[in-house]
Amino acid sequence: MSGPSKYKPKSAFGKWMHERLPIMEMVQVQLMDFPTPRNLNYWWTFGGILAIMLVAQLITGIVLAMHYTAHVDMAFDSVEHIMRDVNYGWLLRYLHSNGASMFFVAVYVHIFRGMYYGSYKAPREVLWMIGVLIYLVMMATAFMGYVLPWGQMSFWGAKVITNLFSAIPFVGESVTTWLWGGYSVDNPTLNRFFSLHYLLPFVLAGLVGLHIWALHVPGNGNPTGLNVRGSQDTVPFHPYYTMKDGFAIVVFMLLFAAFTFFAPNYLGHAINYLPANPLVTPAHIVPEWYYLPFYAILRAIPDKLFGVIAMFGSILILFALPWLDTSRVRSGTYRPIFKQFFWVFAIVCIGLGYLGSKPAEGIYVFWARILTAYYFLHFIAILPLLGLFESPKPLPPSISDAVLAKKKPLAPAE
Amino acid sequence: MKKMLKTFVAAGAGLLLLAGGATAAEGQKDAKNISYSFEGPFGTFDKAQLQRGYKVYKEVCSSCHSMNQVSFRNLGEYGGPGFGVEQVKALAATFTMRDGPGTDGEMFDRPGLPSDRFPAPFSNEQAARSANGGALPPDLSLITKFRPGWFGTFNQLFYGIGGSEYVYSVLTGYEEPTEEIKQELPEGKSYNPYFANGHFISMAAPLADGQVDFDDGAPNKVDDMARDVSAFLAWTAEPKMEERKSLGFMVMIYLAILASLLYFVKKKIWADQH
Repeated sequence: MSGPSKYKPKSAFGKWMHERLPIMEMVQVQLMDFPTPRNLNYWWTFGGILAIMLVAQLITGIVLAMHYTAHVDMAFDSVEHIMRDVNYGWLLRYLHSNGASMFFVAVYVHIFRGMYYGSYKAPREVLWMIGVLIYLVMMATAFMGYVLPWGQMSFWGAKVITNLFSAIPFVGESVTTWLWGGYSVDNPTLNRFFSLHYLLPFVLAGLVGLHIWALHVPGNGNPTGLNVRGSQDTVPFHPYYTMKDGFAIVVFMLLFAAFTFFAPNYLGHAINYLPANPLVTPAHIVPEWYYLPFYAILRAIPDKLFGVIAMFGSILILFALPWLDTSRVRSGTYRPIFKQFFWVFAIVCIGLGYLGSKPAEGIYVFWARILTAYYFLHFIAILPLLGLFESPKPLPPSISDAVLAKKKPLAPAE
Repeated sequence: MKKMLKTFVAAGAGLLLLAGGATAAEGQKDAKNISYSFEGPFGTFDKAQLQRGYKVYKEVCSSCHSMNQVSFRNLGEYGGPGFGVEQVKALAATFTMRDGPGTDGEMFDRPGLPSDRFPAPFSNEQAARSANGGALPPDLSLITKFRPGWFGTFNQLFYGIGGSEYVYSVLTGYEEPTEEIKQELPEGKSYNPYFANGHFISMAAPLADGQVDFDDGAPNKVDDMARDVSAFLAWTAEPKMEERKSLGFMVMIYLAILASLLYFVKKKIWADQH
């Protein structure tokens, strides 16, 4: 995607370095001159927001780990020690816990943007699949992080989720025991969760590197879904998108700060301020908000094994999305019927989230089943068929034509 | 951009439905939504009220309830009850701490120091239960954070979780049970519709009018003492609240200014592209 390098080392040191490790050339080619479609709207800023959130989580997390004790008798008190005695410990912890939620807010916007604009289509299938992998690792990381304070919901959440593996035929019980490091969720479990919670973010960072690499081969998609034809369709990443992303990142930080400073516990569960007690089961065991749709799918299926399969399947199916969508047109903008189904799907996901927060009884289970069925139908029936039967709207001849045409009345990007 | 904002509002509304998916515990009556000085983005603790609340804890609650996370020194720290250094020393010394082993190998008692944590009234859970008819008096350090006064995604967004209101409501919510309820009332328990674990609470009504004499001569009816001690427990659960809000205000202003500057820079840079 990147054009011929225009990099020329200016200083003697720059020249010396360039002959040994051309890192400054890479910065200039990949991060500054990188030709980027000129019509990206604000939905495209969430990639940058996510990168910043990952770094923020890493920094706050590493400092928190300096003060945290991974032991069932001390974990809860060590977190309170961070909140009360460590200088700005309360700030680090609230940034980290709310940062996890904000990370998921951003990743959901990012994923749904990809779905709407067909960002997963050729030649970006691998880019998309690495993204799904990132999402999976994020979920595992966040789950293990939530266990660390060793409050009531930490403990019981860990118990419920690890118990899912006992549904595996024949070896389920052994697998669960192996995961726990014992015969119940206990100190070995907490220790390994801490270890993995520290490790996985670096795996994430590596995957993000691959994700960006895979992005920089075909280059960015764009709201029209058209391929870049030439320099009239692009602008250099810097300063155009560094500034646009920068503005969006700071606006996102405002939301992040609003939660962190003024409603720091809103997105968590009150009962997690009660130390874990293996003898007292909370009335309602509910995961964090970002898992709720999957929790609803899990509980919608009456059979445990098939519930677990459906839950994991609902994420794994995203790997196949590039081949399930048969439409030759990338962007949802030019697909009038797809567009409507897209929003129905988004509402179904939010509806599943709502149902996941409710007890699994009566009418809630009924609706969870309907919406779960729709969730899968969207991927295995609606998307493949739509591509065959839908007649897309005429595409503009090029990105720059689309920009010029939209300049007057609609201007969605700006 | 307008379209995007609209989408965000819609998505935000959806997200709110998801967040805080707390569901009411069995039959707990919503706490009375009284107002406190520390509510809202600029609310701060009323130092005199925290000092009175401390006295209620010390003279009434502390005979059964521990407060393990709080040290005496905290009482003199920024954003708290604002006791002076000497006051904190004197007040710590009113507690007896078990310490040791000393040079003779024996445990010994000594007066409390500011660096000590509040001592627990019982040495272990079994002792606490056996002295309280089998019930365990919960640690109070974090009670206003783990016991919501009400539920619901929007309720909690606008009014908080109502933890101190919960404490206030339980303390003032003892009712004479009706004949019907009396039938079900277990031996040694009291009827309190605000209590989180069913309506029957093992703690007998702990406060009586005039029970604690306040040094500042403030009124000391049950209602007043309940307000003061619930405010005090809001502070024990979130001792850095004032620091958090004042720093948060500055951060928000800083980010808002930075965002508007970036917006205009971005606009200028993009001017030749539109």
